[in-house]
Order: sequence, then C-alpha cells, then structure tokens
Amino acid sequence: MRLVAEGLSAKRGEDLIFHDISFEVAAGEALVVKGANGAGKSTLLRVLAGLLPPEAGSVRIDAAAHTVERPCEACHYLGHRNAMKRELSVEENLRFWKACLGDLQGGQGLAVDAAAAMVGLGGITHLPFGYLSAGQQRRIAMAKLLVAWRPVWLLDEPTAALDAAAEEMFSGLVTRHLSAGGIAIAATHQPLGLGGAKELRMTGFAGLAEDAW
Amino acid sequence: MNEPSLVIRKFSDLANPTRFLALVARVWPWMAGMTICLFALGLYLAFATVGDYQQGDTVRIMYVHVPAAWLSMMGYSVMAVSALGTLVWRHPLADVSARAAAPIGACFTFVALVTGSLWGKPMWGTWWVWDARLTSVFVLFLMYLGLIALNRAMDDPTRAAKVGAVLILVGFINIPIIKFSVEWWNTLHQPASVIRLDGPTIDAEFLRPLLVMAAAFTLLFLTLHALAMRNEILRRRIAVLRRHAARAAGRPGGAA
Amino acid sequence: MIALLVRDLRLSVRAGGGALIGVLFFMTVVAVIPFGVGPDLNLLSRIGPAILWIGALLASLLGLDRLFQAEREDGSLDLLLMQETPLVLIVFVKCLAHWIATGLPLVLASPLLGLFMNMDEMAIGATTLTLLAGTPAITFIGAAGAAIAVALPRGGLLVSILVLPLAIPVLIFGVSAVHAAIEDPAPFLPPFLILVALNLFFAVVGPVAAAGALRLSSD
Repeated sequence: MRLVAEGLSAKRGEDLIFHDISFEVAAGEALVVKGANGAGKSTLLRVLAGLLPPEAGSVRIDAAAHTVERPCEACHYLGHRNAMKRELSVEENLRFWKACLGDLQGGQGLAVDAAAAMVGLGGITHLPFGYLSAGQQRRIAMAKLLVAWRPVWLLDEPTAALDAAAEEMFSGLVTRHLSAGGIAIAATHQPLGLGGAKELRMTGFAGLAEDAW
Repeated sequence: MNEPSLVIRKFSDLANPTRFLALVARVWPWMAGMTICLFALGLYLAFATVGDYQQGDTVRIMYVHVPAAWLSMMGYSVMAVSALGTLVWRHPLADVSARAAAPIGACFTFVALVTGSLWGKPMWGTWWVWDARLTSVFVLFLMYLGLIALNRAMDDPTRAAKVGAVLILVGFINIPIIKFSVEWWNTLHQPASVIRLDGPTIDAEFLRPLLVMAAAFTLLFLTLHALAMRNEILRRRIAVLRRHAARAAGRPGGAA
Repeated sequence: MIALLVRDLRLSVRAGGGALIGVLFFMTVVAVIPFGVGPDLNLLSRIGPAILWIGALLASLLGLDRLFQAEREDGSLDLLLMQETPLVLIVFVKCLAHWIATGLPLVLASPLLGLFMNMDEMAIGATTLTLLAGTPAITFIGAAGAAIAVALPRGGLLVSILVLPLAIPVLIFGVSAVHAAIEDPAPFLPPFLILVALNLFFAVVGPVAAAGALRLSSD
C-alpha cells in the first residue's frame, strides 16, 4: 500500500499556502512534515484528509488491501481539536467513535479499555471527558486512533500539549502502527522519536493566488 | 470551429474578469441610454393613456408595480442560475453575479411592495391585505434580506458565495411550495373578496405601456446588475491589493 | 449510525443539553400570549392552535444552530466528513436525534398547553397530531440553515432568519389541518396529507442541502 500525493497546491482564502507538493509514503513508513509556523503543515494535512479541496494535484492510495472511494476514508485525522464531547464519559466517547468509524479491512481496532490502557489512562474511562487535564484529553484523543483501524494516520501537532513521557508513549504507538503496516504522516515541530522517518520541509506562503481578480 | 464550441468559448472568455470589465465598460453607457429612452417612452405612454373608468388615475401605478414584481422574480432566478454556476460549473463570475443581484432584487421587490401598498389604499381601502400574491412577494423579500444578511455575515467572499448558493437553491425549490401554500391558505381563510385586475381582461390600451415599462425595468435591472458586478470585482481586486501590501510590509506568518 | 443517534440523545439530556430548554421556551411563549391578547376564553380557544403552532415553530428553531456548530467546535465534524458513510445520512440521523430530543417533547407538551388555551378535545388532538407530523419538517429544513451558518460565530439569529420563510408552508398546512378538524365543512385529510408530504420532501431537501453546505464550508 502506498499513499501518493502529486502536485498538490492549496489556498486558504486568497493566499496560496503551498504549491506543487509531491511525495510518496509506503506501508510501514512515516513522513514528518516540518516547517515554521504558517508554513502550511496543517493545511497539507487537511488537504490529505479531504477536508480542504486542493487547488491542483491529487491524493490517492495505491495497492490497498481494501478499496476506498476517497483516500480520506482510509485515514485517521488527529487535528488540533480532540473531537470528544466534554459531557460524555471517556468510555462513551471512545465507544461512539469505535462504532461510528468502524474498522477498515485489513486490521482490527482495539477494545475501548485496551486502547485507554495503551495510552496509560486505563483506570479513568468512567470519568467525563471534561474532567481530564489537557494532556490527558490529548491522550484519549490518541486512543481514538487505536479503537478503529485505519491504515493511514494524519497527525497534526500530535504532541503539542504533552510531556516527555507522553511523547515517548506516543512514538511507541506510532512505531507499533507502522510495524503493523500502517502509514503515519505527522506535522510537528518536536522530534517524534521516529527513526528513519522521511521528512518533508514546507517553506510556506507560495504567494497570493494568481487568481483571476 | 463549429458554432456551439464558439459560444462556449465566448462564454468562458467572459470568465476572465478583466475581459468582463472591458465589456461592461464598453456596453454600459449604451444600456443606460437605452434604459433612459425606454423609461421616457414608457412613462409618456403611461400618462398618455386614459385612466381606467373604475380606478381612475391610480391605475397608472400598475405600470411601475407590475414590472417591479416581475423583476423581483427574475432577480431571484438570476441568482439561482448564478448559484448553479457557482456550484456546478464553477464559473468564477457566478458568485459575483449572485452577490450583486441580491440587493438589486431586494430593491425591486421593495418597490413592488410599496407601490402595491400605495395602489391598495385607494382600491381596497387598506395599505395591506394578506392576499396570496402580496404575501408571497413579501416572503420573497424576506428571503432576499436573509441572503444579504448571510453575505454580509461572512468575511471570506468565496466561501460565502458557495454556502449562499446552497441557500439560494433551497429557496428556489421552495418558492413554488410557498406560493402554492400561501394560495391555499388564502382561499381557506378569506374567500375571494379582493377586487383584482385579472390578467386576460387587460386591455391593449394598458398593455402597450405596460410592456414598454417592463422592457425598461428589465434593462434597468441588467444595467444595475452589470455595474454591481463591476463594483464587486473591483472590490475584490482592492482586497487582493491590500493583501499584497500587507505581505510586502514584512512577511507575517499568515494562516496556520 | 445508531451510535451517532444514541450519542446525540445522550448529549441532549446531559448537562448543557438543550432538550428541556426548548419545551420551557415553548411553554413560556404560549403562557405569555393570554397576557397580550386578554383572558377572553373564546378568543383563546379560537387562536389556540395557531399559537401552539407558532410557539412550537419558534421553539424548534431555538437549539438548531448548535446542531453542527458544536460538532465543528470540538473537531468531530472533521471526522464525520471523512467517513465512508454518506454525509447526507449522517445529517439525517443528527436531525432525527435532534427532533427526538427537542421536537418530540414539544409535541408531548402541546396537549397540556392546549388546555390552557381552552381548546376542546378535538382541537387538542388535531394540534398534537399535526405537530407530530410537522415538527420534523422544521428540523430538517432548519438543518440546512444550521449548516449554512455553521461557520459563523453568531449564527443563531441568522439561522432563524433564513429558516423561518422556508418554514411558512409547514405552518400554513399545520394550522389549516387543525382548523379543518374543528370546523366541520372543510376536510381534515387534504391539508394533513400535504403536511406529511412536506415533511417527506424536507426530509430529502434539508439533509442534502445541509451536507452540501457542510462540505463547502469546511476549511
């Protein structure tokens, strides 16, 4: 399985954020997207996740074990926001996403308790999500990646609110995912502790869209 | 080069705003001139014809009221076509067109409502009746205002245009339902008590000025629409220039 | 999809959920009307169905703006947009959950309020039945408005402005059906069936438009 991006460019409003970005990530590989603030890392991930239509270029998944109509259906997206409801308990949140997302062919998601244990928060799944600290909330958001199988992980600043121990835990999760034949694409400032990850450097701001106006 | 492809090429040529602006600059004085001539002729005819033996001079309100009401519907149709253009064909000028048409259409609808009200006072003895037509035009007016409010509430014009296009289309398929339901409601609650000028009985005497005035109003709409589109394009260009200026003055981060 | 339905229902009854606010608003609106028009029972029983309908219409618009905004704020909307499940279906299920949480209580509360309005049994029954058939339509078409205003910081008021004109047919046929039930000569069935038809129509148009608007406004 390979994730291939060809000649991507995207704009936000009138600003062309990046232009002609191409890369290829094979199963078991990680790609770390680097760049300064505003270089377009988040935008790139949102384009890959199908949330922002690219101005040009295309994303596709080759030779997958399953056929997906849109590449984003094979992706997990961990954005800045955790996609969890404060009013519901951790278990209810995870259970919902497990049922809602479902497993894609070729893998199996963990049970809710096991996933919570993997991120080191096994004992507190009965608490409302809103009661957790920011770091804990982020970890639960990571547990969401584990409950449903998706071969591609799109991670936007995954470890921004985390301490060193949690970062290490997370790089363990990513390594485990990669060894299971997954793909990870992470936008980050911090080193993720992934040996042998490819790097993509974003320079940012490709100019104003040479738009008709 | 066969004929249809030439037409399509011409149409997509217009997609270039610069060419559109050039076209507008060339055409609009003629359009404005013709509008004025037609209005002069129409108004002359309107006042030259005899008044209705029942309604007297007030019948002349019709020459403003009826064309305005027609144009209020045409304005929405223009917006609906533009909305299709935005969503389906992604024509770059379509959202400009929809955005520019909204206030003009709202104005014509307002004129239709006000003149209708002025006409209603001497005819029906009241400024407003909840007659089926009046009510549906009033609802149309509300929808125009909602669209304008939506356009003003969003700062990103392209996104506002796309989302607005969805609303325009929803409104467009709803207008027949609203019209139908208002008519149902009207017949149920108030048995026809309203004296109305019925379409077919209209005399050729009245019809001639009415048609001239309708042509004049249509041209007025088109002229205003073209000019409003020009203004909108210029407004967007200014926005782009301002962004350039902001970028040039020390490159800030921009959106993350 | 059942998971989504269950989650939305749970959220609506948890702290901060809007399920009861709508009913309270409905009751308050209906309760203040007699202060405005006077305590004349005959008048109240005549305009009662209309007042219940208007109150229900306003109350069902009340929480609509949060339908997608809450999902967008915490990032859930992004994930829902990415799924294989058609977005139209997701929107439909969310509407359904929203209606069960806020529309159904209104329907259940309407007989009680009908008593306050001095309506007879027939009128109360007809009003409840038409509300049952009509409020889903308001939710569906309201979802389109909510999706259009999802990116706006103060979308709530705008949603009402955009949706109310579109909801006029529902109101007309709802009230017409009730009047037809009370006054003998007019048949009850035609307006009621049209109301049901409107419901089905909006159940298609609303989610399709909402899904389109959500896709277009994601950034």
